[in-house]
Amino acid sequence: MTQDTPLHPGLNLGAPHGEAHTRSEPVIFGFWVFLMSDLILFGILFATYVAMRNGTAGGPGPLELFDLTSVAIQTGLLLLSSLTYGFASLLLKHGNGQRRGLMIWLIITAALGLAFLGFELTDFHSMAQDGGVPSRSGWLSAYYALVGLHGLHITLGLLWIGVMLVQIGVLGLNCRVKTRLLMLGLYWHFLDLVWIGIFSIVFLAGVA
Amino acid sequence: MSDPIFGRLEWSSFFVHEFIAAPSIDSAVAAGAGLAVVVGGIALLGVLLRYRLWGRLWRDWLTSADHKKIGIMYIVLALVMMARGVLEGVAMRTHQATALDGGILSAEHFAQLFSTHGTIMILFVAMPLLIGLINYVVPLQIGARDMVFPVMNQVSLGLTTAAAALIMVSLVVGHFETGGWSAYPPYTGADFNPGVGPDYWIWAIVLSGIGTTLTGINFAVTIYKSRAPGMHFMRMPMFTWTALCTAIMIVYAMPPLTAGSLMLALDRYLDFHFFTNDLGGNMMNYANIFWMFGHPEVYIVVLPAFGVFSEISATYAAKRLYGYASLVFATMAIAAVSFTVWLHHFFTMGQSASVNIAFGIATMIIAVPTGVKIYDWMATLYRGRIRLTAPMIYMLGFFILFVIGGLSGVIQANPTVDFQVHNTLFLVAHFHNVLIPGTLFGMLAGIQYWFPKAFGFRLDERLSRRAAWLWIIGFCFAFLPLYWLGLLGMPRRSASFSDPAFVPWMYVALAGALVLLSAFFTMLQMGWVSVRDRKRLAVPAGDPWDGRTLEWSVSSPPPEWNFAATPQVYSRDAFAVEKEAGHPYLPAQRYADIKMPNATSMGMAVCIAATLMGFGLVWHIWWLAIAGLLGMAASMIARGFVTQTEHTISAAELEQAHRDWLDDVANTRAVTRDEETSPGNRGLAAADVVP
Repeated sequence: MTQDTPLHPGLNLGAPHGEAHTRSEPVIFGFWVFLMSDLILFGILFATYVAMRNGTAGGPGPLELFDLTSVAIQTGLLLLSSLTYGFASLLLKHGNGQRRGLMIWLIITAALGLAFLGFELTDFHSMAQDGGVPSRSGWLSAYYALVGLHGLHITLGLLWIGVMLVQIGVLGLNCRVKTRLLMLGLYWHFLDLVWIGIFSIVFLAGVA
Repeated sequence: MSDPIFGRLEWSSFFVHEFIAAPSIDSAVAAGAGLAVVVGGIALLGVLLRYRLWGRLWRDWLTSADHKKIGIMYIVLALVMMARGVLEGVAMRTHQATALDGGILSAEHFAQLFSTHGTIMILFVAMPLLIGLINYVVPLQIGARDMVFPVMNQVSLGLTTAAAALIMVSLVVGHFETGGWSAYPPYTGADFNPGVGPDYWIWAIVLSGIGTTLTGINFAVTIYKSRAPGMHFMRMPMFTWTALCTAIMIVYAMPPLTAGSLMLALDRYLDFHFFTNDLGGNMMNYANIFWMFGHPEVYIVVLPAFGVFSEISATYAAKRLYGYASLVFATMAIAAVSFTVWLHHFFTMGQSASVNIAFGIATMIIAVPTGVKIYDWMATLYRGRIRLTAPMIYMLGFFILFVIGGLSGVIQANPTVDFQVHNTLFLVAHFHNVLIPGTLFGMLAGIQYWFPKAFGFRLDERLSRRAAWLWIIGFCFAFLPLYWLGLLGMPRRSASFSDPAFVPWMYVALAGALVLLSAFFTMLQMGWVSVRDRKRLAVPAGDPWDGRTLEWSVSSPPPEWNFAATPQVYSRDAFAVEKEAGHPYLPAQRYADIKMPNATSMGMAVCIAATLMGFGLVWHIWWLAIAGLLGMAASMIARGFVTQTEHTISAAELEQAHRDWLDDVANTRAVTRDEETSPGNRGLAAADVVP
């Protein structure tokens, strides 16, 4: 098998990584399947959100509650964090086992994710102050569930990045750690993709 | 307000309280059920301590990552839950037989019975049975050593067990949900049902749903990535095909259930308004989401049964499976179309006639691939040398009864007919008529068929056949009258009725339920007798039925590593072809060291933490819920730091074990199929395959 033959979709470690490359095949494939399943979860919430779009029950609607500037900043932060994770992945593949650069990119990614979460929670807070709490209407329930589920995923991703930083430090870049970093990359980019859906369907369509 | 330490748990929540406060038949039945759980638990613990089995149970089973042991544990869980489900069925039939203007049980109690019965039978009997069977059989059929994710397999079992434990605990502390297995809001919302019942349902569903999703991922990845060299997709055994389709369906169908029940939880716990009557909530969203899971689920539970029938029809007719490719495409067609029919569960809920018709037609279409399969199996049996062993008796019952059940489904696929029979016992008759002769008979036939593989001895044939006939006869008496009662207009889930015309049929159904109960006890007796006579029934050579696929080419029970050397596959029915060519049971050309997964307590840690979390959430004991959640997270993170996850088995050990077994096989007398139920059958089939 040549070095160029990918064993799974997405970034492959490549043959020079030896066992780490071949052993990641079923694991990464399995993680893709998991992401598909997770996407269904989001899909159900997207569908519910669209179905409840008019269920404001006389309460505040998107025009009163959404702050597009903040949403734009969040989008920028999240997309940027995907880019920085991409740098981490490239270092993982081509960095000859160098740990320091990889950890720095992971920390930058986490910082961007944390900033995203900060803006999101600030938005939730200001919405709540304007009467936009989940118990106010079906539409707000669907909004908080969908956007909140994405935020929860980001939180878990941050926890995961933290655990990986420790693992890189303690275990070194062994076969398992490399595979996990590949999975974490897929997960992080996946959340970007979901966010683009949220940005379009919730925020842009909301104020259009 | 709830107490910070005990939440809303009070002394009056315990099962005996109501019986002491107000003794009646009704409260005695409830107290008896709670007592049975407590006594059963204590007795189990006593046996474990008395015979010092705890250590062995922990080392050899609970911490094992071996797919075979996990599969067996799934089936044990299913049988325990089935005992409760069957008893609840009998209790309901008894109640309804007395329910003319009353009945021995309270309406509330009756509602709990049909809700737990449905939840248990679908999610904690049918699902663990098929997951257990697939877990056990599929790696052996595809020439793999284990699942791709053996520890995740353990975690799946742990989550399912935690969910089952919550349902059992609901008998002892508090009460279960009363809105049926589908738990439609707004009735199950906080406004109408502030108690713990719906919460037990929600967390049992969420935990088992996540566990099952992980299982689906595991099965799909294992079948895609771990097949032996040469086993192309169109060479896979039919059971593996159905397992693959079921796994894919699980991956897509479980998330809606998880999402729907979590949204219901948000409504109940945090005052969200997804499904409430007021403030923009809409319960129709729930109906849609639930059945987006619920309908594929029907095919998730029946496809593996179709796989079993494919295997046993070929084996017990000693013929190649007829129409393999058509069976594969029919299975895939069913898997795909099953996602497009969910709306037929609520034709009467107000959508337009054109929407109803579209879903009605889709529903009728799904009968076509199912019909293809029935004809394929009949063609497989045609001119075969059939032995009417217990699995074939189940298949016989399946053929006739499942077709009746399927046709009553096609009738209801017509929305105009559905409007007449909707929410009546006709519907109850229909889905029992597909689930029992389909799923249950299939799973029981599969257990009967693969039991000797798993334990090294056959099940007592006489008692097996008796149990099979009792299931068939009991089913006919218990459920066919319900069609008639439904047409007479009796609504389902009625705690009481006022039309005396229903009564005679109710007694017929009760008699049927008692026959079904005796079938269950006959199965227990069958297990007991078979274990007692295990020396006489032993089949160490591993091929008692002249099997056709790879699992029969290894010893019974198989070694931990399944195959001493990974087999090379050249055709469909790989083992049958080897036997025809006259060279089965050869030593491998080369033995190599292999790595097998280590035992780990990960699954048990998740199981215990999840049970505590679920219990804490149900009773609003927040510290316990948080502790359970943290426990799960901590065990997962800790697992990430374990570096020694595999142990090596040396080539020498593999070769020694394999050659010892081959020597035993060489010294075994082969028997023809006419003798396969006699004590002479030691698991080596004489070669006389019909070409």
